[in-house]
Amino acid sequence: MSTGNVLDVTDLEVHYGLGRKRNRVLNGVSLSVAPGETVGLIGETGSGKSTLARAVLGLVRGSAGTILIDGQDVSRAKPREWQALRRRGVIQYVFQDPLRSLDPDLTVLQSLTEPLLIRGIGKSEAAGLVDEYLDRVRLDHDLLRRLPGELSGGQRQRVAVARSLVIEPKLIILDEPVSALDSANRVQVLAILKQLRDTGVSLIFISHDLGSVAGVADRIAVLYEGELVEVGAARDVIKRPQHPYTRLLVSSAPTLRSASADRTERAALRDLLNV
Amino acid sequence: MTLLATSPLDQELALSTVGSLLRVRDVCITDRVTNREIVHGVSFDLSPGRVVGIVGESGSGKTITCRAALGILPEHFAITTGTIELAGRDISELSRREWTDLRGSTISAVFQDPASYLNPSIPVGPQIAEVIRVKKKVGRRAGRAKALELLRAVRLSNPEAVYSQYAFELSGGMLQRVLIAAAIAADPAILIADEATTALDVTIQAEILDLLAELRERAGLALVVVSHDLAVVAQLCDEVLVMRNGYVVEQGPTEQVLYDPQHEYTRLLIAEHEQYGLERFLDEPGESDEASA
Repeated sequence: MSTGNVLDVTDLEVHYGLGRKRNRVLNGVSLSVAPGETVGLIGETGSGKSTLARAVLGLVRGSAGTILIDGQDVSRAKPREWQALRRRGVIQYVFQDPLRSLDPDLTVLQSLTEPLLIRGIGKSEAAGLVDEYLDRVRLDHDLLRRLPGELSGGQRQRVAVARSLVIEPKLIILDEPVSALDSANRVQVLAILKQLRDTGVSLIFISHDLGSVAGVADRIAVLYEGELVEVGAARDVIKRPQHPYTRLLVSSAPTLRSASADRTERAALRDLLNV
Repeated sequence: MTLLATSPLDQELALSTVGSLLRVRDVCITDRVTNREIVHGVSFDLSPGRVVGIVGESGSGKTITCRAALGILPEHFAITTGTIELAGRDISELSRREWTDLRGSTISAVFQDPASYLNPSIPVGPQIAEVIRVKKKVGRRAGRAKALELLRAVRLSNPEAVYSQYAFELSGGMLQRVLIAAAIAADPAILIADEATTALDVTIQAEILDLLAELRERAGLALVVVSHDLAVVAQLCDEVLVMRNGYVVEQGPTEQVLYDPQHEYTRLLIAEHEQYGLERFLDEPGESDEASA
């Protein structure tokens, strides 16, 4: 059965711990990502958003439910099958702190060329591809000889995005990709992510902050205490949030509009959610 | 000091009689080790019940400016020109002892990482009670009662339980409330909140900002709110200073800065929200849009 989706998560359940300490962190989560779609996954501390990402990457195993990656059921895949899947590079992952995903001893050029060479692409072709992707993330070619430690935070994050792109994955999971950046760099990285949509790659943009994904996501999925409480078009979720928690998120996100009037609303929603 | 300014008229009256609590005039701060000036002229006035916001990235000089006002500049930093007046007194003339009296009871502060300001091996309640005993010169029982009252005032749902808990047992949002309780324990006139909500989840950040707004209304607390996020500052402040690389690049009433920004950096901060933030959707005309959406 093929849905044509890059990712289909159905009724996923994940538990941590054993026996009496067994703790359900994801409960009946279903989420699909279509080709070329950007899904903003919103959740605060302890919501289970990182667990969902880890499950999709095969780093934790669900106790129930199915995960289809590009049509292939990986829910019961063995470690070796996962390895093969990762090597094909269908899914890529970008960390909040690119220093964690970039080898500190490799220059930008080496970092970007390495995954291509591993896939048997010739040196000259690889060099051409690196140039192309460098342009796509709007990085100056002068930076190719630098080490990650010699780049600004924003430049590093763009190198990490370029590195995840070179092998043409179908899905990139970005975990808080702009949270550690200053305004100028945040705008630049967001602009690049927005442009990526046109190239057909799918993105899952994970953040605790609705505000930072509002401008780039086609759809927004809200995780709260291990459950997806709301999924919808970005515009609908923000303008007409249905679940009390989504309403609290929207009214809590700092905006340039005066929010003093929302104080009573927020207080009422907190009472409703009992937080 | 307590001051109940309810209507704008009352506030005007309060202003004319009480004047400025904190007057910062053309303050320049130099790092004496490198001999480089890092803050190049900051001026603002803070009156009772008013809120001044300082926006800037890390390294913009916003935190150093606040530390200067609190008299806690790092050793090798010095105010080279300009003056800071706290409750009518030039701070350069204050002795160490006078500073100790002023801190907590006139000016107080909360910072980004609340856990590092609490002793990890003592429950949080007694730490607040101690501040009260020292500053208010009251006995143990009164100190405890006032601490509980403060924990209630910062909207902690179970003050008695929190009182005897240790820092590691509390969430980031709860810890920041505890720190705010400690900071307002000696009824200061001014509270500086330096990136006090930065490490918190968005919903918790809103709770803390709501709490600060409430303290301002209820107790006439004057606030200096420092953040890298213009929107956080815009929620609360009457006046905004935008700092970059030690310079105040823009300063004015919040409305004016938001709706008629002059400096390109301020425009960038606003554009980020308008292009990528919720504003993108919230600013759309409501009903007519829904039909086509």
